[in-house]
Order: sequence, then structure tokens, then C-alpha cells
Amino acid sequence: MAYALEIEGLEKTYANGLQALKGIDLRVAEGDFFALLGPNGAGKSTTIGIICSLVNKTGGTVRVNGVDIDDNFPVAKRFLGVVPQEFNFNVFETVEDILIHQAGYYGIPLKVAMERIDRYLAKLGISEKRHTRARMLSGGMKRRLMIVRALIHEPKVLILDEPTAGVDIEMRRSMYEFLREINEAGTTIILTTHYLEEAETLCRNIAIINHGKIVTNSSIKTLLRELRRETFLLDAQEVLPQHVEVKGFDVARHDDHCLEAHVDQGQNLAELMAQLHGQGISITSMRNRENRLEQMFVSLLAQSA
Amino acid sequence: MSAYEQWVALLTLMRKEIKRYTRIWTQTLLPSAITMSLYFLIFGSLIGDRIGQMGGVSYMEFVVPGLIMMSIVTNSYANVVSSFFGSKFNNSIEELLVSPTPNHIILLGFISGGVSRGMLVALIVTVVSSLFVELDIQHYGVVVSVVALTSVLFSLCGLINAVFANTFDDISIVPTFVLTPLTYLGGVFYSLDLLPDFWASVSQANPLVYVVNAFRYGVLGVSDVDVTFAFAMIGVFTLIAYFYAAHLLRSGTRLRT
Repeated sequence: MAYALEIEGLEKTYANGLQALKGIDLRVAEGDFFALLGPNGAGKSTTIGIICSLVNKTGGTVRVNGVDIDDNFPVAKRFLGVVPQEFNFNVFETVEDILIHQAGYYGIPLKVAMERIDRYLAKLGISEKRHTRARMLSGGMKRRLMIVRALIHEPKVLILDEPTAGVDIEMRRSMYEFLREINEAGTTIILTTHYLEEAETLCRNIAIINHGKIVTNSSIKTLLRELRRETFLLDAQEVLPQHVEVKGFDVARHDDHCLEAHVDQGQNLAELMAQLHGQGISITSMRNRENRLEQMFVSLLAQSA
Repeated sequence: MSAYEQWVALLTLMRKEIKRYTRIWTQTLLPSAITMSLYFLIFGSLIGDRIGQMGGVSYMEFVVPGLIMMSIVTNSYANVVSSFFGSKFNNSIEELLVSPTPNHIILLGFISGGVSRGMLVALIVTVVSSLFVELDIQHYGVVVSVVALTSVLFSLCGLINAVFANTFDDISIVPTFVLTPLTYLGGVFYSLDLLPDFWASVSQANPLVYVVNAFRYGVLGVSDVDVTFAFAMIGVFTLIAYFYAAHLLRSGTRLRT
């Protein structure tokens, strides 16, 4: 299998002695939509910083599309597009100038850059802001500008560090759609986010990092299968009796019209429904109380601690 | 990067730098014209008439090359220190650091901004000076090469200052407490012959002495120091500054964690 990113034994100790990465190993397949999750300070941004050369590693190797960053960083950098967590452009420059400059740093001639600027600004719906100074853009528009900037040299691997932080729902959905589109077109995407439903919606594979170590690295489907217990909220049509008991299930009244049911792996939901129906309780809808990935995330972090 | 791609990257940096200082021309180009006009008026015209000759020429003629060189030094330095530190401050330097642009192109890009501003201001100041005195340039080759080398040298110094600066105060300390005193003590307003032997010897350690005198030689044909030696000193200072700046970029000092 060809890998877009291969990390082996990556270590980083900062000058103040903080060991941010303790020898992490990670592989991201070409064309993957990959989530790198972890709590604040876990080492996500340090890892990304090393990959894109903003942080000097202490040990280990990083290969981007098979190119070792120690052997040929300029070539490895060509494969990478980075959307950082913090806004890092000159706010006094116009959107167009920011993009022309970024293209130029990759050796892309002005004519080609302008064609790409037209295309990507239109795709992300900010064409009309082309001549606006960046400081006049809203938070969501600034995020989209950073995505366009990261794509201007058409990288094979796009790294997004919390790209939807502070972005409204409508804009977030249009960003998801765009990211799916470029992923389907062949760009490998590595995403860090605190919105776990975002990772569950978009990504196929996942790694969770905590205290500078990889806690788990698998497909999201495999990971969720390991979830031993799920909690569902069941909405009833009628007002529920004060005490509800279902044989073999841990059920509690949530409010007048809602039941909370804890279902262990292997238990049959149809049986739960049948028993409730037998008690004259009709369930009209059901949902997970918490995002399933979030449950798994919390559980894995607790184990790693 | 191929040679063509490096050329595109260099042109991009040059365009960006020139656009930056021309956009804010009232802060970058106009002040030098006003300040130098005042210098010409006060030191050259009003006081200069009472001083008489210096170094074999009128005082007005004597100070003009030094004042032009002072503009080049301060503007090439100020351009790079403010631009590079500004990029560090708003993190837009990361745009360059994550790109494949080689360090020597980054250096040349910022230097080209400093050199072009230094030369543009020099042209403005020269035009202003022509209102006060008629200059008959003696050695064009010397003038051009001193201007080019000096603006490169002080652009590099500005970049080194910006790399180490953490706050906006840090980028004004060197110009205020180092560059300005060195400029004033570098023979802009007086001939080193006027100094006692001890202070004349101390002045030999001041790089501005070589810069001002080499330029004065190019313009007027007079100098307090040997011009070949002056060129050698400017060249040595420039090479040291270039390799040190290149080392800072390569190691990522204060740029990468």
C-alpha cells in the first residue's frame, strides 16, 4: 500500500524540557480521509508543525509521499498543503495578494496562479471578497481563505488543523462538501478537530493521541465496534409511567416523554422495543445520547491516563 | 525548486516587498525627503555658510553625500526589520517557511525590498539636494557599487535584528541606540581630520565611516580613508552579515520551535 504520510518514532522535546511527542508511529494511506484527534496539549499541533517544518523534531522520521523530510524537505513540502489552527496571513493584504504570494513561493507563475485563484475562490464561495483586505473578512471567510491558500499549489496531502472552529453550521456543511469533493478527486486529507461528529462524518480512519503517544489507530468503523455500551434516548408517544422496567436492560425515565436506555454490545434493540410495546409504550424516535465517537474518545483517554 | 521556480519565488517576494512600502509611502518615502530637506537647509545652507570649507569642498557639498548615505542606511535597514518582524508578529512568515522556497531566495527577496527602498529614497534625497547644491559626480562606478553594497549590508542587518526581536521595542532599539550614533559619528557632518588621533583611530572601527567616505569619494573625489580599504571593509561586513543571516534562516533560530 502507498502511504501519503509515514511517521516512525517521532519525538519532540521543547527547550523547556517538555516532551511533547514520545516516539509516535503513524501511517496514513494515499487518498485517505484521516482524523488525528486528541485533547488540548496532546501533541497534535506539534506533529503537524514537524510535518510542515514549523517545528524541529528531536528524533524519528517523517516521510510525505515516500519522501523523507530529512533528505529532501523542499520536495516533501510540495506535496503538503497546511491549514493551520490560527490565522497566519498578513491581514493588511487583499485576498488576491495573499494567494498570489503563496503561489509564487511554490514557483507557480502568475497566470496559472490567477486561474487557480478564480477556481478555488468560486468553489469556496468567496469570489466577491477577492479584492478585500483580509482583516475585513469574517472568521468563516478567513478559514476558507486559508483553505484556498493551502490548495493553491494543488498538494497531494492536505492537513487541516481544526478548520471549522468558529464556523457556522451552514458554512461548515459547505466546507464538508468541498473537502469530500477534493478527497474523492484524490487528495489525502488529515484533519484534527474537537468536533467528534465532524470526524465521524468525514473520516474513514482515525488516530487518537494523548500525552505525546498514539492511543489508538484504526478505522472509525472498527473503533466504534469496540464500543461496549451505548446510551440511547427513546421518545415515547404517550406520557410515561413513573417507573419503567425492562427485563435484561438498564432503563430509566429521562422525563415525561423520554426514556434513557443503556444497551450493551450484543443486546438486541428489537427485544427492547418489543418489551416496551408490550407495556403499552410506543417509541416514536430514538437517538444516541452522546456522539458514539465521543464516548469512545473519552473512554480511550481515560484508559490511557 | 527549478531555477525558473526560484526566479518566480524571488519576483513574488520582490513584488510583495515593494508593494508594501509603496502602499505606505507617507511613512516610508516621504519622511526622508522632509528630514533631509531640513538637514540641507539648516546644516548646509544656514550653518554651512559660516563653517566655510571642509575636506577641500564647501560644507554644503561635504554633507550631501553623507546625508544621502544616511538615508540609504536607515531606509534599507528599516524596510527589512519592519517587514520581516511584521511577518513574524502576524505569523505570516509561516507562509514562506512551509513553502519550498530556498533560504537564499528568502534572503534575496527581503534584501531586494531593502535595496530598492534605499535606492528610491537616495534618488529622492539626491533630487532634493539638487535644490541646494549642484553635484558633479566624480566616479559613477564607485557611487553605484557603494550604494548597492551598503543597502545590501544594512538590509541584512535589519533582517538579523528582526530574527532576534520579540517585540516592536526590539526593532527600534538598534536603530536608535546603535545605528543613529554610528551614523552621526561616521563622518557625515565632519571630516575625521578634525578629530584627535585617539578618536580618529576609534572611528576606524565604525563601518559607517567606510560607507560614508567611499560614497563621498564617488561623489566629490575626497575621502578620509583609503577607498580600496573602505570597499574591502564594506565587502567583509556584508559577507559576514549574509552568512550569519543565512545561518539563522537555516537553523530556524527564533522562527521554528
